[in-house]
Amino acid sequence: MKTYENTGSKDTRSGFGAGMTELGRTNPNVVSLCADLIGSLKIQTFIDENPERFFQIGIAEANMMGIAAGLTIGGKIPFTGTFANFSTGRVYDQIRQSIAYSDKNVKICASHAGLTLGEDGATHQILEDIGLMKMLPGMTVINTCDFNQTKAATIAIADHVGPVYLRFGRPVVPNFTPANQTFEIGKAVQLQEGNDVTIVATGHLVWEALEATKVLHAQGITADVIDIHTIKPLDAEAILASVKKTGCVVTAEEHNYLGGLGESVARELSQSLPTPQEFVATQDTFGESGTPAQLMEKYGLNADAIVKAAQKVMTRK
Amino acid sequence: MTDIKKLEAFVTQVRRDIVRQVHKVNSGHPGGSLGCAEFISVLYQEIMNRKEGFDMDGIDEDLFFLSNGHISPVFYSVLARSGYFPVEELNTFRLLNSRLQGHPTTHEGLPGIRMASGSLGQGLSVAIGAAQAKKLNNDNNTVYALMGDGELQEGQNWEAIMYASAKKVDNFIATVDLNGQQIDGSTDHVLNMGSLRAKFEAFGWIVLDIEKGNNIEAILTGIKEAKELAHNGKPVCILLHTIMGHGVDFMMGTHAWHGKAPNDEQLASALAQNPETLGDY
Repeated sequence: MKTYENTGSKDTRSGFGAGMTELGRTNPNVVSLCADLIGSLKIQTFIDENPERFFQIGIAEANMMGIAAGLTIGGKIPFTGTFANFSTGRVYDQIRQSIAYSDKNVKICASHAGLTLGEDGATHQILEDIGLMKMLPGMTVINTCDFNQTKAATIAIADHVGPVYLRFGRPVVPNFTPANQTFEIGKAVQLQEGNDVTIVATGHLVWEALEATKVLHAQGITADVIDIHTIKPLDAEAILASVKKTGCVVTAEEHNYLGGLGESVARELSQSLPTPQEFVATQDTFGESGTPAQLMEKYGLNADAIVKAAQKVMTRK
Repeated sequence: MTDIKKLEAFVTQVRRDIVRQVHKVNSGHPGGSLGCAEFISVLYQEIMNRKEGFDMDGIDEDLFFLSNGHISPVFYSVLARSGYFPVEELNTFRLLNSRLQGHPTTHEGLPGIRMASGSLGQGLSVAIGAAQAKKLNNDNNTVYALMGDGELQEGQNWEAIMYASAKKVDNFIATVDLNGQQIDGSTDHVLNMGSLRAKFEAFGWIVLDIEKGNNIEAILTGIKEAKELAHNGKPVCILLHTIMGHGVDFMMGTHAWHGKAPNDEQLASALAQNPETLGDY
């Protein structure tokens, strides 16, 4: 079993900010838009270094999506920044018509996704955004797991032509993927190799999957752990190769089981290799106030939940 | 010197194109299309600085965005007759596998279209973004947008209107098609918006009226005035007073022809009122 070291916990949104800083220095076409959340999105350095390429929109997310679409006409690569809830549900039709259907090269960058936003509660904790975004034709959907990966993804999506939804979070979490990694959109990352169960995880649940693997290992269970940072397009090949070997799968995500990563995996498996699957996800519910750790425990989104799901799915083989 | 007669002939042909497109597929929006035929024709034929051919970025040329996408018949006709695609393609309006979708889209690669519109209230934001891209590119050309008056009931417009003046997006001329009609009746009846001039001015825009919005000379004078007012720190709004259905007597001044096609007899009457000038497709 490989060992992953937390090189210093950080928030994934700071990875986004670091990625924007680098893009500001390397890609003159990148522009940043924000709806009154500069501090939350960690983009102050980009703004300081490129004031002419920053657009403060105010609290007007619908307008932000339209302005971003318009900025692409003339060759700019706009990165919008606000919370995930206000990046998706609030502006769905603007994204659908002005960005996705209009084939605009906009990067929708969404912080504070999921329950781990914490104390602000359900008004701000969107658990439906992956589903909303993956249903849009042509939209790439990415959910990163730590600081380093978020920074790398931010840089990578600037070179991808087409709309992208980049989802990350608020809390400080372990940073364990390599610094200065090359991020390949649509390419799964195999983190552990095992024979008994496949764990496919995205976002904050990737670290939890690694923690779960340790517990399972102590019980004599070995797991394949696959980090699916790109939910669409899904790396079905990597998932199918693993599931052929293990015969069962647990999907893990900080999102509703409806519309999330788990459903995308289930679709692939049902078409090519019907396989028992357990879903670590929220169960069609809104969130609530609490600390991130409390919420992840209450809603069954931690290593413990993944261990139980793995044990259960193995009995269904 | 502008040849008014030539423009009139152009507009007459555009009117024919509008009613013929809509009649053929028994669907589409002739009323608003006819009301804006003079304005869009004048923009493309006389006002806009346009490059040969089409590329999405539109650098070093003026750009036009149609927010009230349901008036696609007039947009398609003017684009085709301005050289963006073959006029024969107007035959495919709203047909399966056509680039001329019911509402305009970039998705099928139709030259001349830079954004999808149809879901109302979104075009102003996109046009403002394009205007800001021009500023970043040191491109001194002007961005034009057209929207319906009923469309201003959509809240996103007011986000955009507030933004454009706050950010001094002054390379931008937005026109409101003030025909006073929407699907359910007059705009005053459905949702009275009060004075649009007062609203735009309160939001920091320069506002001018073109009272005779279906008169080519009035439109020319009005847009030229708007151009002189632009590039001076504030966005410019033209309130274009139009008559819905203009140029086809039985369609004029009513919302009844917002989204309804003429029958064979009505088509014949409409065409008789607008004799062929540039050649039918």
